Amino acid sequence: MLRRAAKGASNGMNLINTFFNVPVLVDSLPQLLWGLVVTLQIGVTSILVGLAGGLFLAVSRLYAPAFARLLIRGYVDIFRSIPLLVLLIVVYYALPFVGIRLSPFMSAVTALSLVSAAYTAEIFRAGIEAIPHGQFEASAALGLSNRHTMIDVILPQAIRIVIPPLTNNCINVMKDTALASVVAMPDLLKQATQAQALSANPTPLIGAALIYIALLWPMVAVVARLEKHFSRGSR
Amino acid sequence: METQASSLISVRGLTKAYGNFTVLHGIDLDIAEGEVVCVIGPSGSGKSTLIRCINHLEAFAEESRITVDGIRVQPGPALAKVRAEVGMVFQSFNLFPHMSVLKNVMLAPMRVRKSTVPEAERKARELLARVGISEQAEKFPGQLSGGQQQRVAIARALAMEPRVLLFDEPTSALDPEMVGEVLDVMRKLAGTGVTMVIVTHEMGFARQVADRVIFMDGGRLVEIGTPAEIFDTPREERTRGFLRAVLNH
Repeated sequence: MLRRAAKGASNGMNLINTFFNVPVLVDSLPQLLWGLVVTLQIGVTSILVGLAGGLFLAVSRLYAPAFARLLIRGYVDIFRSIPLLVLLIVVYYALPFVGIRLSPFMSAVTALSLVSAAYTAEIFRAGIEAIPHGQFEASAALGLSNRHTMIDVILPQAIRIVIPPLTNNCINVMKDTALASVVAMPDLLKQATQAQALSANPTPLIGAALIYIALLWPMVAVVARLEKHFSRGSR
Repeated sequence: METQASSLISVRGLTKAYGNFTVLHGIDLDIAEGEVVCVIGPSGSGKSTLIRCINHLEAFAEESRITVDGIRVQPGPALAKVRAEVGMVFQSFNLFPHMSVLKNVMLAPMRVRKSTVPEAERKARELLARVGISEQAEKFPGQLSGGQQQRVAIARALAMEPRVLLFDEPTSALDPEMVGEVLDVMRKLAGTGVTMVIVTHEMGFARQVADRVIFMDGGRLVEIGTPAEIFDTPREERTRGFLRAVLNH
């Protein structure tokens, strides 16, 4: 009885030493935090480029000539279909064959932004389409240009509608930054796997997972609140 | 086919079709500067479509010709010029819900006429006072009653100092007790020199305010005349039938 209890306790200790080894965690923490900085750089850059690109595509799709609209549709559909990992590997390993050599950082940002722009374009399009047609008519009747109609009337209303799905998209981009580790980007995941190899202990991986959760949980909670808020129909 | 010298709005052979369904059958119409014209007729007769063609909210057949102050109404750079001269008031107000009442009225003069902020604000407050909404200037459209919203919409259209005001059934979406306040504002506007084209079901108002009344049915102008001619001595059987139906209920 006693021996079994002791064994159970030591098993528990083993588990803690394996997955939550405090000295290992403390040792690897600076490395993980550097990884976090890189992850944030990739994520924030991609989110901003994706937002600008998506907004441009969505508005162009409203006003551009038919042929350009077709191209935009093709872009949106293709980049929503391609797996991000495949795109990233194509950008990093295949483009050099045609003379386009991007750094790991640029490759990651390019792949993430291309896909994020496609999703963002769809989100903005849905938001713009949700604005009653009368708003476009009232703007036209007042003589507002297309540009002012968008900037002053349509987008300020559409953006309120699209904040929850846009935030969702930001969460996805942040999560997908982890794929950058396959092109040797020293992001949070890459640093964690390296620290794990160095210390022969998986604790850094657990640390990285906890950092991802700590980073994204607040955003997930915000989306949940926003969606509740908007579904209530309050402004 | 030539335009009368005095007419501000000239419509020649206006034809409009949705696919195979023709809504307007070659309409000819001249409206003089300062005139108040009411358009009456049954639902689906093309009244709203007619006035929506005047500022090209509806596209129409290319052979048709509409001019406002001599400028042809067609897609292209001149259209903004026409629209700056032609204000419109909609059945469903179409105020901008994310802006205060004051900003709603200030927006177009600032963007289209390049007014300065103080200039636009002074003008907007003056117009809001004129339609009796001064106290609500800082509120948002959603906080106002339908009648108040429609009066703001009239002020917003007036802010561009248009020569023509189009009203597309301005009181049809209002609760009955609010119809009067909007008609009062419109009554005051008539006779200020602004040309008004009003699609309405308010026969008493049309009789009292209009210089001319147009009766439309089936996409055609059936009869045009003074209120007395249309309401008291209509020549066409269709006009008589319509008036019997709307006046005797």
